[in-house]
Amino acid sequence: MSLSTADVQKVARLARLAMNNTEIEAARSQLSGIFELIAEMQAVDTTGIAPMSHAQDLSQRLRADNVTETNQRELFQSIAPQVESGLYLVPQVIE
Amino acid sequence: MSWEIVIGLEVHTQLSTHTKIFSGASTTYGAEPNTQADAVSIALPGVLPVLNKGAVERAIKFGLAVGAHIAPRSVFARKNYFYPDLPKGYQISQFDLPVVGMGALTIQVEPLSGNAKPYEKVVRITRAHLEEDAGKSVHGASQGMTGVDLNRAGTPLLEIVSEPDMCSAAEAVAYAKALHTLVRWIGISDGNMQEGSFRCDVNVSVRKPGEPLGTRREIKNLNSFKYMQQAIDYEVQWQIDTIENGGKIHQATILFNPDTGETRAMRSKEDAHDYRYFPDPDLLPLDISEEWKESLRATLPELPEARRVRYVNELGLSAYDASNLTSSREMADYFDTCVNTVGVHAPSPQSSPASGRGGERENQSSILAKLCANWLTGELSAQLNRDGLDMAQCPVTAQQMSGMLARIVDNTLSNSGAKEVFRTLWAEGGEADAIIESKGLKQVSDSGAIEALADEIIAANADKVAEYRSGKDKLFGFFVGLAMKASKGKANPAQLNDVLKQKLAG
Amino acid sequence: MFNSSLTQLGAALRAKQISSVELTQLYLDRIATHNPVYNAYITVDAKTSLAQAAAADAQLAGGQAQALTGIPIAQKDIFCARGWRTTCGSKMLADFIAPYDAHVIEQFNRAGAVNLGKTNMDEFAMGSSNETSYFGPVRNPWNQNAVPGGSSGGAASAVAARLCAAATGTDTGGSIRQPAALCGISGIKPTYGTVSRYGMIAFASSLDQAGPMARSAEDCALMLNVMTGFDERDSTSLQRDKEDYTRDLNKPLDGLRIGLPKEFFAEGLSADVGSRVAEALAEYRKLGAVIVDISLPNTRLAVPVYYVLAPAEASSNLSRYDGVRYGYRAPDYTDLADMYEKSRAQGFGEEVKRRIMIGTYVLSHGYYDAYYLQAQKIRRLIAQDFTDAFEQCDVIMGPTSPSTAFNLGEKGDDPVQMYLSDIYTIAVNLAGLPGMSIPCGFGDNTMPVGLQIIGNYFDEARMLNVAHQYQLATDWHSRAPL
Repeated sequence: MSLSTADVQKVARLARLAMNNTEIEAARSQLSGIFELIAEMQAVDTTGIAPMSHAQDLSQRLRADNVTETNQRELFQSIAPQVESGLYLVPQVIE
Repeated sequence: MSWEIVIGLEVHTQLSTHTKIFSGASTTYGAEPNTQADAVSIALPGVLPVLNKGAVERAIKFGLAVGAHIAPRSVFARKNYFYPDLPKGYQISQFDLPVVGMGALTIQVEPLSGNAKPYEKVVRITRAHLEEDAGKSVHGASQGMTGVDLNRAGTPLLEIVSEPDMCSAAEAVAYAKALHTLVRWIGISDGNMQEGSFRCDVNVSVRKPGEPLGTRREIKNLNSFKYMQQAIDYEVQWQIDTIENGGKIHQATILFNPDTGETRAMRSKEDAHDYRYFPDPDLLPLDISEEWKESLRATLPELPEARRVRYVNELGLSAYDASNLTSSREMADYFDTCVNTVGVHAPSPQSSPASGRGGERENQSSILAKLCANWLTGELSAQLNRDGLDMAQCPVTAQQMSGMLARIVDNTLSNSGAKEVFRTLWAEGGEADAIIESKGLKQVSDSGAIEALADEIIAANADKVAEYRSGKDKLFGFFVGLAMKASKGKANPAQLNDVLKQKLAG
Repeated sequence: MFNSSLTQLGAALRAKQISSVELTQLYLDRIATHNPVYNAYITVDAKTSLAQAAAADAQLAGGQAQALTGIPIAQKDIFCARGWRTTCGSKMLADFIAPYDAHVIEQFNRAGAVNLGKTNMDEFAMGSSNETSYFGPVRNPWNQNAVPGGSSGGAASAVAARLCAAATGTDTGGSIRQPAALCGISGIKPTYGTVSRYGMIAFASSLDQAGPMARSAEDCALMLNVMTGFDERDSTSLQRDKEDYTRDLNKPLDGLRIGLPKEFFAEGLSADVGSRVAEALAEYRKLGAVIVDISLPNTRLAVPVYYVLAPAEASSNLSRYDGVRYGYRAPDYTDLADMYEKSRAQGFGEEVKRRIMIGTYVLSHGYYDAYYLQAQKIRRLIAQDFTDAFEQCDVIMGPTSPSTAFNLGEKGDDPVQMYLSDIYTIAVNLAGLPGMSIPCGFGDNTMPVGLQIIGNYFDEARMLNVAHQYQLATDWHSRAPL
């Protein structure tokens, strides 16, 4: 199958990846090849087969509601691009 | 031309766990920014979620309280979108397999305008699911920048989604209030609306009767019942005006501005509609056994609706009083304690089991209940309001209150004396009997003393007595006033009335 | 010394023939000499490693030594190690100093092992040649023009070139087994859930599993003893009793039923690889095993299914790299959206972006059922194939990779060709089964060939036994390139 330029642009936007027209075109061609490979599975009859999300059929283990974490702000923010007064800074958010 | 209003609510209620839904970081409100943002909360590379049992228990309790199906197996999914307050770039939520299925909530609707009578309605709850809260954006933290505080990120939320069963702002508010009461009642959330523990998204659409549903707009993040009503009223009118002026409603997410009383569409999240939900591979399916569910059911208190019905049917309270008393569990429990304790403190001779008939006992308990209800919904509620307190912060305990109510029942206190005792209990604490003693508030119920008092008043006011006896009935109040004054307010008013009436009749 | 087994090194350390500091220094010197060529390590921190070695020497002196105490181990740069730069092979994390330890790192620390450094890898473990690393390609010690395989290419190269005693890897679609095969070493990916994923930077959560890469099956067993164990911080970590994976090493193989899936010997398999595998099977017959023909009918679907599921999970797992709390942030941007898009576009390499795009697409509205859900259903069919197969055999064998190591740049422009080279390893991850690769000779180009051993769930001890017995009878595993 072949993807359109608009498809690729939409995906790049959803994934927050800046791409110029050349990159979009290159991606379109490569992704189309990959989706041809993927298309092989379309023909398989999977009626009545339950989807498999996990390698084991187990249920979620639950954690007791106890505080185990301590304040590590200084350590965590020592690797942050931009902080001020304990806040992570980003360009202004407009709602 | 008439319009039908269709309203559905999505309520995010913060669950009252000690820790976050997927990590052991504290959820205490008001901490310094990012001091409760642990490795999981800030989504460091390589960290993983582990589900908090306390959050699941609270979700199950809610489901049981609204008579809903509890899914024996539910699944956590990722809702993918980018936002600075969403550290992982996805929110862990539940999508097609939520923990709580279809349920219902009975609400008492007080129409907001006109002379319409209160009525009851059942609102269906579509589902309720567990999810994590996002962090908070602090605008203007620095010049042209937004600050991000992730203390709230990962706080457990129960999102409760209703069917579009409400057709007025009054119904929407009544539903939201009933839900708010319920989540606090069963102890799954503190419901603190200022702190954002109970946030409502309201979907509003309008249509002509018989027509298919109109396009809805979603008013986001309402955190007061007053704003909810204003926002809905404004939005409904806006939609009607738009359509009547030939316009079309487009699906949108909108915000209510309390300062202007208007709603406006949000500018951000324009492509947020493709959330790319898929089952979270880091979390296994949540299995809830029948035993676990039943053990939680056993911990549920009598629910507000059941108690409201009991107050009306068994205690003979009015629907209005019963609704007010069940507006919070603290109030209802306070009331129950009073009713039960006053009976012990002031055993009425007429109601002794040996002599009383059943009906009489019921009558007695009904009178007692009404007395307690009047005090709780009247004086006590007014005082709480004045001091800006809620029931949980009430300085007068139910035991203290009962001590005073018992003295009303046994005629020790007059109404004005009781108010004096109450004011003292509120301001200084103590015990009713001691206050009555020290302030000399015991009312005179001795019939000899009251007769003497009446005789004295009649003798000293012969001319007025003559006027009264010649038909000027209005003067009766004058005699009561004089007698009360003479007794320094301590005479039993009912007794005094009887005696005066008798003696004045000659 | 550099060709000693972990058992021999442990004995030498306990006998005080050498100290951990001396041993660590020997490896550091060797890394200094050879790493500029092989580029197997991204980060070496001699001071920290030697401090750990000194602590290990104290333990050894105090007679509290465990099997790996004092032994220098190379850690794949996918594991967060507190205080260590942890890059995951990406510009996005080029300056990321991990503020905490992964469970695997904790386990090695508890065992008294020395962290010798962080090994090179394909960016975010996405690749089969180690060419997608931001820190440059790794070279195969058997031929410097050839790739070492990926994504644990640095680990494989380091083990083969004797730049560490043993190494850790991770395997999402073959990332332990394929580089082990291409570099002529042994590696095992255990049953999903056996090794905690906590602190292991996620690629595709439902497939990722860590395991050892070493010079022999016996060394792998000792490494696995340290790496495995329940961890409450990983919801998919299995609550099982701790095992001793060396317990069955010396069992005879009489009557062992080896399943040969016919689909693994079909079109696409290089003749030389096929011949070496056949020779290995002949050796196993001599050791008393019987060969059973089996079928894994959905094998050909594993690649398309994997290239839907893994990118889908990855696209979401990699959303956290947004330049807000850590990691790369673009220097210039106009607003928030621009900051996100530029930081991610500049911080991620081409292959990572490609997979994020695939994953975003298959999850997006209107395509979910046709791609993601369909892939999950076929995943179950693939897992069922193995369940059926294990009714007839004890282990499954076949080639690890269709060919020996290819040259750097050879498949660079064609992602589909690169993806197809994972055909024999991917299904094992989809099923969550344990899989292993051991060297079984050399191909026409004198490059190593790997024999893949697939076991049933939790059958690692038997697989290691099967591998060890072969290694007692052959010496392919002890051939060294240098």
